[in-house]
Amino acid sequence: MLYALLIYQAEEVLDNYSDEDEKAALAGHRTLQNDTKAAGRFVEANQLLPSSSATTVRRRKGQTTVTDGPFTETKELLIGLYVFDCETLEQAIDYAAQIPHSETGAIEIRPIAYYEAIEGVQVKEPQT
Amino acid sequence: MSNLELALKTAYPRARATLVRLLGNFDKAEDALQEAAARAMVHWSKHGVPDYPAAWLVRTGRNYMIDAIRRVNVEARHAETIAILSGHDNFPSDDSLLSAAIDDDLLRLIFTCCHPILPQEGQVALTLKTVAGLTVEEIGRAFLVSAGAMEKRLTRAKTKIRDRHIPYEVPAQKQLPARLDAVLAVIYLIFNEGYKALHGPDLMRLGLCREAIRLGRILARAFRREPEVSGLLALMLLQHSRATARTNDAGDVVPLDEQDRSLWNPTLIAEGRSLVEKTLRRKQPGPYQIQAAIAAVHGETTSPAKTDWAQIAVLYRQLEHHQASPVITLNRAVAVARSEGPAAGIVVLRTIEAQPEMQGYHHFHAAYAALLLEDRRPEEAKSAFGKALSLAENSRERAYLERKIETLK
Repeated sequence: MLYALLIYQAEEVLDNYSDEDEKAALAGHRTLQNDTKAAGRFVEANQLLPSSSATTVRRRKGQTTVTDGPFTETKELLIGLYVFDCETLEQAIDYAAQIPHSETGAIEIRPIAYYEAIEGVQVKEPQT
Repeated sequence: MSNLELALKTAYPRARATLVRLLGNFDKAEDALQEAAARAMVHWSKHGVPDYPAAWLVRTGRNYMIDAIRRVNVEARHAETIAILSGHDNFPSDDSLLSAAIDDDLLRLIFTCCHPILPQEGQVALTLKTVAGLTVEEIGRAFLVSAGAMEKRLTRAKTKIRDRHIPYEVPAQKQLPARLDAVLAVIYLIFNEGYKALHGPDLMRLGLCREAIRLGRILARAFRREPEVSGLLALMLLQHSRATARTNDAGDVVPLDEQDRSLWNPTLIAEGRSLVEKTLRRKQPGPYQIQAAIAAVHGETTSPAKTDWAQIAVLYRQLEHHQASPVITLNRAVAVARSEGPAAGIVVLRTIEAQPEMQGYHHFHAAYAALLLEDRRPEEAKSAFGKALSLAENSRERAYLERKIETLK
């Protein structure tokens, strides 16, 4: 089953990352990505730009309204997501705990009902 | 940083903002906060970081202050202070509620620090001290004054806030644009101080740039509907994306054209560009958005030759409409020269040549010299480079100009 591991984090924590924090987080991501790739579990990884770059679209009675900002104004925001192919929820939980942001934020696991992707789309590593 | 330190660092300025409101005094808030932080180091390492670290610090700091006042002084004049502090009427008992109140306090603190009643240097110093949490020594170093002088500057600002009863609040919608402008100006000043570092030997005080960006992010999250707020954040991100490319190994300035673009930070550029695109959709352009748009045009090409200079010239023209300044005209002249040739750029420069502000500005003479050289007028170019050199203060910029003159000999 495919699982989405949604990474939630208060952005102000990221604002306070030092270079070393960033490097450590990146190293954590690399390890997880390499391990899951080796195990044939890796599907995709996405790092999102901060919520200030978010735009929210709603369609009501045929009218499209576009607002600045993320859908919810909570403190812990979606900052990225992984998709892994896991045998069990236990395995997904195990991977979630290896995401560096699980220590300062939270990871929400959501089984995927439908997944489609274009073959050969390259997933780039997050940049510092 | 450990997770504990990171949580503490993140919570610190927010807790300070709320303690300033509760205690009505910057210095008392600082004392309470330091005590709370010391206790946090012990308590958190034993029991883990609490769910709402800032609320934890506020509660602990407040309790410490109540105890301290009670212990040291039981005189009547303190009864009132104790009453305020102990009043349970508006002090949330639940940390999640307290945390929500703390969010607003950080904005209140920013607006108080940037209140128009304070001189701008006071606004900058107070913002760096109380919102960004820099030490007096750090701020003094950044602005080339002694820690003692900076301390005095801060005390004057705090005294003025107290004596003039400056309200601790986010301005009402009606005054918001003007007050927000003042806040943005302070943030951009902090950024530029780090970016330019006109006087110092080290070209970029990255710490100041980072603080400014951090403040910009706080504001951008709070004022999503104010395009200039996002504009300023975008501008800073795009300029900062070139931080490592701006100097070479020897520490010399590398002009934009000659920068190794592989050193530009693609994530910062992507974020900056997406903000520019988003804010321009609102069709309320302002100086920060336009400057960010210019930086974005630079950021979207892989080589200087491919830069859309005509587009940049148009943007500078727009910027001149918002804030007429010979420095902007100077920049337009460079863009015009790139898109239409050096002679066209020189024509634009001639329109501001007579202004005393330009006569004493080394960048003007350096730009003029570069265009004259390109227009095959080496003698005039050499003399203009010489003028630039006689005005430049930064040792690295001087080195750059000296090299240019050397090649013309």
